[in-house]
Amino acid sequence: MSFSERIHHPATTGRGLKVYAVFLFAFLYLPLAVIAVFSVVSNDIASLPLQSLTGKWYDEAFSNSEVWSAVKASVMVAIGAVIIAVTLGVPGALLVDRYSFPGKVVFQKFVLLPLILPGVITGVAFQTFFQMLLVPRSLLTVTLAHGTALVSTVLTTVYARLLRVDRSPEQASLDLGVSPFRTFLHVTLPSIRTAILASGLLAFTLSFDEIPVTIFTIGPDNTLPMYIWSALRTGAQLPELNAIATVVVLSGAMLVVVFALLSREDSR
Amino acid sequence: MINPESGLAGAPTAGAPEGHSAAVELENVTKRYGEVTAVEDLDLRVEDGQFLTLLGPSGCGKTTTLRLIGGFEAPNRGIIRIGGDDMSSRPAYKRPVNTVFQQYALFPHLSVSQNVGYGLKHAGVSRSETAERVGEMMSLMQIPDVGDRRPRELSGGQQQRVALARALVMEPKVLLLDEPLGALDYKLRKEMQFELKRIHREVGVTFIYVTHDQEEAMTMSDRIVVMSHGHIEQDASPAEIFDRPLTAFVADFIGDTNIVHGTVTRIEGGHATVDLGPLGEIGGSTDDQLASGDRVRVSIRPTDVHVEPGGAGEAVVQDSVLVGGHIAMKIASGDETVVAHVARGSSYEPGANVHLRVDSDRIRVFAAAEGA
Repeated sequence: MSFSERIHHPATTGRGLKVYAVFLFAFLYLPLAVIAVFSVVSNDIASLPLQSLTGKWYDEAFSNSEVWSAVKASVMVAIGAVIIAVTLGVPGALLVDRYSFPGKVVFQKFVLLPLILPGVITGVAFQTFFQMLLVPRSLLTVTLAHGTALVSTVLTTVYARLLRVDRSPEQASLDLGVSPFRTFLHVTLPSIRTAILASGLLAFTLSFDEIPVTIFTIGPDNTLPMYIWSALRTGAQLPELNAIATVVVLSGAMLVVVFALLSREDSR
Repeated sequence: MINPESGLAGAPTAGAPEGHSAAVELENVTKRYGEVTAVEDLDLRVEDGQFLTLLGPSGCGKTTTLRLIGGFEAPNRGIIRIGGDDMSSRPAYKRPVNTVFQQYALFPHLSVSQNVGYGLKHAGVSRSETAERVGEMMSLMQIPDVGDRRPRELSGGQQQRVALARALVMEPKVLLLDEPLGALDYKLRKEMQFELKRIHREVGVTFIYVTHDQEEAMTMSDRIVVMSHGHIEQDASPAEIFDRPLTAFVADFIGDTNIVHGTVTRIEGGHATVDLGPLGEIGGSTDDQLASGDRVRVSIRPTDVHVEPGGAGEAVVQDSVLVGGHIAMKIASGDETVVAHVARGSSYEPGANVHLRVDSDRIRVFAAAEGA
């Protein structure tokens, strides 16, 4: 028996909900659908009528060395940022969950600040900071800036999991004569593993499409979003950008599925 | 208010030689949480191989006592010894005790065999020996075939056995059990009580068992320590606790009882005669210092109240309900209401005039001023 039957919705309410769902999805995904469509037709500019199907924009995109080096830069930055965010975020989450220390409440609030701070502010702050230290701007400075800004993301996700994790198996492990450190490795870590993976994935995607912080901290290289942005401004290769965007969206969708699967494993 | 020596009378510990090291020993142990005192000045000596139950209502300090022994809490004051060794500076993972937790606390990401073998593996026991001991322990627990499953695939009773196996495979000096049957349904709980008793007999390890269920305590224990508000009310064998409760609290907590009020008319040694008003005079034993004229409370078990036909104005049956094998009758006499348990077929209809006769050597008399 379905949920709507059980609570005796009038049929009209059910239909209204369906219509709403369709509109919501259209609103969210229609622009993406437009891009996907124009990436596989031979139109030079995004205007109707649609011309013949073609794979040439994908060919062009994949054979463009600038695109490839931008993708490589973005992946490297994202991986570096994830490593920084996870290495700092996971211990931070454990700290907030397990220990009480003076100023803990203030710490908890301030550690979340980067989440709500506008990217421009973070970017300007990092630019000033690196300038002061005379660090030349490069992909490394982008990675450091991304990683630092994403610590809060990892920390909050892992902390949320720690709050729900049953603590009694840890006590059982100590009770069985296993030291606190090994208990952490063999009991605590497995229980938050999926949350760490999920937050890492989330941090990866957030870093991958980041522009505001990147603009202020990048040197001569281009990340993929920066490349797309500058290409759009010159307006030269629009259909090729549609192809790139479509590939990025599909990869992102795959990550979302993985994220959802990880979260589901947790709730079992 | 409890004299520890008289509290131990009748328990299997009586006469234990001084200096001989007990399995577990608590000396003047106090544990506070902020303003709340969970355990106050507790003295307890548990002998090797005993099945001792800490019994009391929630908040009485029994679980705190267990956690103090296990090393999950540190006392504010006092000494805890296990096998004669002071445990003050030893954290939980260095103590020779193991615990069966209330919600089993199994490792969800490990198989049942891995759960049971967890402690041995990390203690550096060889793989083949671990496998052998895990197998033996799982046979003892009568769950030999679930080794490859995950804990969540097992029933509550099976998870309980896994938790027991995981603790006992470590061959602890003392096994601590924290309301381990609380999550099981009634029938399984009854079954597990006999199982625990059997396992205790077979492994011979000291069991310290925490429960709020007096029936569980009665069924399994060699010795029961009744606790209330962080201190010991009585420490004795199950029979002694039932037949000769030291305080009105114990009388009320263990089994069903009627507490009625009266005045002492005569006192001879440990025997008091009490005037219960409309219920007449009654004699009972007491451990309190009483004098003629003192107000007292008298504990009368419902099974010791006999109901006979009586005249008007004496006592009136208010209610009569079937409780399993017997009938519980609520009878009003003056200001007091008394419950009597009578055999089926010998009950009276509500409204009937009856006479109550109390005939038992289990009547207990307590000073009225005593808090309960």
